Amino acid sequence: MTETAILPIPLSGQLINLCAALMLLLGFAMLAQRRILTLINLFMLQGGALFASTVIAAHSTGQHHLYWSAAITLLLKVIGLPWILHRLIRRLSVKWDVETLLNIPTTMLIGIVLVVISFNVAQPISQLSGTIMRATIGIALACTLLSFLMMITRSKAVPQVIAFLAMENSLFFAATSATYGMPMVVELGIALDVLVGMVILGVFFFQIREQFDSLDIRQMEKIKEE
Amino acid sequence: MIELALVLTIPLATALVLALWGHRACAALINAGGGLLTLVAAGALTCRVINEGNLTLFSDQFYVDPLNVFLIALTALVGFTTALFSQPYMRVEHDEGKLSGGRLRLYHSMFQLFMAAMLVALSTNNLGILWVSMEAATLTTVLLVALYRTPESLEAAWKYFILCGVGIAQALFGTILLYFAAERVLGHAGGALLWTNLSVVRASLEPTILSLAFVFLLVGYGTKTGLVPLHSWLPDAHAEGPTPVSAVLSGLLLNVALYAIIRCKVLVDGALGTHFAGNLMMGFGLLTVVVSAFYLSRQRDIKRLFGYSSIEHMGLITFAFGMGGPVASFAGLLHMTVHSLTKSAIFFAVGHAAQMAGTKVIEDIRGLIKRSPTIGWGLMLGTLAILGMPPFGVFTSEFMILTTAIKHYPWATPLLLAALGVAFAAMFGKVQEMAFGEPTVKPLAHNPALLPVFIHLGLVLMLGLWIPPYLADWYRQAAQLVGQG
Repeated sequence: MTETAILPIPLSGQLINLCAALMLLLGFAMLAQRRILTLINLFMLQGGALFASTVIAAHSTGQHHLYWSAAITLLLKVIGLPWILHRLIRRLSVKWDVETLLNIPTTMLIGIVLVVISFNVAQPISQLSGTIMRATIGIALACTLLSFLMMITRSKAVPQVIAFLAMENSLFFAATSATYGMPMVVELGIALDVLVGMVILGVFFFQIREQFDSLDIRQMEKIKEE
Repeated sequence: MIELALVLTIPLATALVLALWGHRACAALINAGGGLLTLVAAGALTCRVINEGNLTLFSDQFYVDPLNVFLIALTALVGFTTALFSQPYMRVEHDEGKLSGGRLRLYHSMFQLFMAAMLVALSTNNLGILWVSMEAATLTTVLLVALYRTPESLEAAWKYFILCGVGIAQALFGTILLYFAAERVLGHAGGALLWTNLSVVRASLEPTILSLAFVFLLVGYGTKTGLVPLHSWLPDAHAEGPTPVSAVLSGLLLNVALYAIIRCKVLVDGALGTHFAGNLMMGFGLLTVVVSAFYLSRQRDIKRLFGYSSIEHMGLITFAFGMGGPVASFAGLLHMTVHSLTKSAIFFAVGHAAQMAGTKVIEDIRGLIKRSPTIGWGLMLGTLAILGMPPFGVFTSEFMILTTAIKHYPWATPLLLAALGVAFAAMFGKVQEMAFGEPTVKPLAHNPALLPVFIHLGLVLMLGLWIPPYLADWYRQAAQLVGQG
C-alpha cells in the first residue's frame, strides 16, 4: 500500500525538483535584493535554472522540441537580456541601491503567504498532470506571484522591468512543467515579443531619465486624476 | 485564401514602406492607400465567407467565421478612415513643431504594424498566436502613446506598458492552463491550441482547470479591455497619445481584447455547462459601467472624458455577453460595431477641436459651432449618438441590452439605468458648452478631414433605423455561436 502511494521519483525528476527549488529561492533572493547589478545576476541565474530544468525534461522524456525551447531560454534569458541590461545600466550609470516601497522583511512575509496560496491553487492541476514535473507547477505559480509582488513594491524603472522579465521566466517554467512546453510557434512568438519589448524599454529608460531627471517612478505624477 | 493573405500582408508591407519613407509628404497618402487596400481585401474576404461559409486556412492556423469576419471588416474600415483623418491632423501637429519627421515616420509605420497585429489576432485559429499578437499590438501602441515624448506621454506609456504587461502575463498563464487541459484530450501533436479543435472537444475538457483558466484569461484580457479595477491605464493612454491613436485604441483594440474573452468564454461554457463565465463577466461589466459613469462627471480633459466613456461602453458590452442568449449576444455585437464607429468619429472631431483651441481642457474650448460648424456639429451629434439617443444605432443595442436585463436579471436594471443617466448628465452638459457659447477657439490652418466623421455617424444612424438583412443574418449567426452556452 505504502509502496504504491509513494512512488519513487526518478533521478531526472529529482533534478528538476532541485531546479524548481532553486528558482523559488532565486525568486525570494530577487525580492530581497537592493542592488541593481546583483539583481541582474540573479535574473541570469534564474534563467540558468530554467534552462537546466528544460534540458533535463527534454532528455528524460524524449520531447525533442523542448531542446529548442531550452536553446531559446539560453540565448535570450541567460545571455541576451542580461547583456542588454548590463549595457543599459552602464550607459545610464545607475549604481544606486534600490529603494523599496515596503521594507524587506514585510515583503518576504507577504511572499511566504503567496507561496502557500499558490500551492493550494495548484493542487488540483498537479493531480491531473501526467508529466514528471507535476510537483513543480505550484512552484511556478509561486514564482509568478513573487515577481508580481516585486513589481508592485519597487519604485525604480529598471527593477520593475527585471521583475517583469522574471515573471515571464516563471510562466515559461509553468508551461514546461504542466505540459512539456507550448507549441513551438507560440514559444517563438513569445520570445520575440519579450525581446522587442526589452528594446523598446531600453529606449524608454533614456527618455524617462531625460524628462524626469531620474528613473524613479514616483516622480511620475504629472497626470492627476481630477 | 488569397483574400486573407492580402488582408494580413498589405498592412505589413505598408508598414515596411513607411518605415523607409514615413517622413516624406506622401507618407500620409501611402498610409491611407494601404488602409484602402486592406479594406478592399477585407471586403472580398467577407463576401467569400458569406458565400462559402467558414474557412480554415494555412494548415488550420487561421480560421474565419461570422464572428471574426465582421470584426475584421470593421477593423479595416476604421483603420482606413483613421488614416484619412490623420493626414490633416498630423500635418497640423508637424507644422506646430510638435512632431519631427522621424517621429512621423515612426507614427506611420507603427500605425500599420498595429493594424497588422490586430488583424492577425482576429483571424488566427491558434489561441497562443492570439496572445502573441495581442502583446505585439500592445508594444506598437506603447510607442504610439509615447510619440510626443512629453513627461505626461511617457508616464502614460509606462503605465500602459506595465499594467498591460502584467495583465497580459495573466492571460498567458490562462492560455497555458487551457493548453494543459486540452492536451489531455487532444494530445500534444500541436493541435491542442487550435480553436476549431478545442470547440469540438470542449465538452470533455476538465472543468476545474478551465474555470481557473478563465479567471486568468478574463483578468488578463480584461485589463486590455479596460474593465474596472484594471482600467487606470486607459484614460491616460487615450489622453496623451496622438488623437488618431486614441481613435483606434478605443474603436478597435478594446474590441479585439473583448473578442479574445468571448472566444475563451465559448470554450469554458461548453466545458462547465454552467453560467460561471457569464456571471463573472456580468459582475465585471456591471462594476465597470457604474464606476466609470461616476468618473465621467469629474473629468476636465476632453480626451480623458471620452476615454472613460469607452470604459463604460466596454463594461456594457461585457455585461451583454455575460448575460448570454441570442438577443443579448446580438445586442453585444451590434454595440461593438456602433461604439467603434461612433467613438472613433468623436475622437476625429475632438482631435480637431483640441487643435483649434490649443488645449485639451474642456473649460477653454468654447464656441466650436460658430468657428467651424462641421467640427462642432460632428462632436455634438457624435456625443448624442454615444449617449444612446434615438435614432442612432447605440440606442437600438442599449435598448436590447436593457430589455434582456429587465427580463432575466431585474436587479441589474436600476443600476444600469442610473449609470446611463449619470453618464448622460455628465457628458451632455460638458459637450454642449464646448459646442455653443462665445468662441474662444481659432480656425485651423488646414482644411480638416471631416468626411470620416460623417461617414461613421451616417453608418451608425443607418444601423439605428434599418439593419440590412444580410448584416442581421451575419450578427445572428455570430450571436448563435457566442450565445449558445
